[in-house]
Amino acid sequence: MLPYTIKRLVSLTISLMAASLVIFFVIEVVPGDPASFMLGLNASPETVAALRDSLGLNAPAPVRYWQWITGLVQGEFGISYTYKVPVSELIADRFWVSMPLAIYALVLSTAIAFPVGVIAAAKRNSPTDVSIMGVTQLGVAVPNFWFAMLLVLLFAISLRWFSAGGFPGWEAGFLACMKALTLPAIALALPQASILARVMRSSLLDTLGEDFVRTARAKGLTRRQALWRHALRNALIPVLTIIGLQFSFLLAGAIIIENVFFLPGLGRLVFQSITQRDLIVVKSVIFLLVFAVILVTFIVDVTYAIVDPRLRRART
Amino acid sequence: MSDLKVEPSLRMGMVLAALRTPSFLIGLALTLVFLSAALLSFVWTPYDVTDLEIANKLKTPSATHWFGTDAFGRDIFSMVMIGARTSIAVALIAVGIGIVIGVPLGLLAAARHGALIDEVVMRANDLVFAFPALLMAIMITAVFGPSAVNAIIAIGIFNIPVFARLSRGAALSLWQRDYVLAARVSGKGRTLISAEHILPNITNLLIVQGTIQFSLGILAEAGLAYVGLGTQPPLPSWGRMLSEAQTMIYIAPHLAIFPGLAIVFTVLGLNLMGDGLRDIFDPKLRRAR
Repeated sequence: MLPYTIKRLVSLTISLMAASLVIFFVIEVVPGDPASFMLGLNASPETVAALRDSLGLNAPAPVRYWQWITGLVQGEFGISYTYKVPVSELIADRFWVSMPLAIYALVLSTAIAFPVGVIAAAKRNSPTDVSIMGVTQLGVAVPNFWFAMLLVLLFAISLRWFSAGGFPGWEAGFLACMKALTLPAIALALPQASILARVMRSSLLDTLGEDFVRTARAKGLTRRQALWRHALRNALIPVLTIIGLQFSFLLAGAIIIENVFFLPGLGRLVFQSITQRDLIVVKSVIFLLVFAVILVTFIVDVTYAIVDPRLRRART
Repeated sequence: MSDLKVEPSLRMGMVLAALRTPSFLIGLALTLVFLSAALLSFVWTPYDVTDLEIANKLKTPSATHWFGTDAFGRDIFSMVMIGARTSIAVALIAVGIGIVIGVPLGLLAAARHGALIDEVVMRANDLVFAFPALLMAIMITAVFGPSAVNAIIAIGIFNIPVFARLSRGAALSLWQRDYVLAARVSGKGRTLISAEHILPNITNLLIVQGTIQFSLGILAEAGLAYVGLGTQPPLPSWGRMLSEAQTMIYIAPHLAIFPGLAIVFTVLGLNLMGDGLRDIFDPKLRRAR
């Protein structure tokens, strides 16, 4: 197990290095001079020079990259050009909106998809199965930001059960915050739940066709007993992988949903920073999100190998 | 000359199977509706969407304006038609980028399985996969500015590893086949084998995946346009119509309904068609269902 983990850890580090290079290249090298890009067309040469100086842009690109990377490792992201505060502070505040939202959505999506997928598989080809498959087919096709708008129309404008957006801040209490995150989380969770339910169903159907399930039936177990005692546990492996992958989709999807509900998360920070040409913030947030995605993939890979020892040898 | 020539009877069988697959037929019908709307919008729309009739603004659906009018008095039905054009064009070109770059990369990696080039292609793929498409788009638009072209590039880049992985995986199993071995023995090079023997036999897979990526591209384009990073005014786009509708959701909820439904039905149509095609191309699946 240890050699496999080390191997994955090495590949995680390489991925992170490569990702940081790509981000650095696109954001700092491609625009030519980031300082004049950030200041816009009307800036005087003196202002641009001053900003270049304060951003440390006079150093050659490899040196700047090294400074950025060593800073990242120490949690130093630099100073925001627009807000004049450390980027890490800006990110930390928003992180505690985006991350709980993604986790909330993940929990919801799993809680919905799991039973739905199992029921569909257990009642294969029944009207229940057919309707579940129809609804999930629709769920996959609905853009989550549009679903979010429909939720606002129904639950915020017509029924007035929830507010249409905004976030009270964690000092307002856990319940108030969870309430503010509920509609966004539902909007994020629906398409993912549809995908997950379909994966759950097909994975369970595959397992139900396996020899060991037939043996269990031959031993005298009912279909339902065989499903719960033997098939389900084995069907979970691909489902877990998808759940891991979904987390990154949820984190990225949260960027759009935050805009629908005016949530002060990382997504809104990125879009504000793009409008204000605050490249330092854009660069850091994107790296942080890519880091989260790569980290989750790593965790899924290692968990997978714990569950299925065959993978430790097969995968490199 | 491809190895597996589609025999007339096999082709007939596929057509019959297609006619017996309701999901495929529904998907095909939905796709054709939006495709024709997009094509028709080049020559005709009920109203000119560049005409601003403020006196006629925010009208609810009626016989004269089927989907109502927006805040500038523009006909929403006409805008949805032109929006179809934008969405389909962006998603289609993005799929094209994925296929044109991804498939040769995947075939090359499979032909040189285990060699350095295989490793490089696959690791580069992993890297692109680690960037959620949306983040890629955000980064590109942060630097180059928002536009439909940049949206195409962002979605297209994300499609490359999808097709590279798919074609590599499928090609690897084909390289083990006897007829490929026979071709190698007869002295054909790896490139020629990839082009003549491997590619024709993975076309079905590529078509199915292409349909799915097409539908994902429509969703991605809508999302990007919604946050202001995609298609820019004055070109109508479903995503931007929705973001404009959001500001008026209290007074004119109908603005949010039709562009959203257009996205849902297009994506639904493509997904059903993709699922149906997979069943039709794979007779084993056909029998199992």
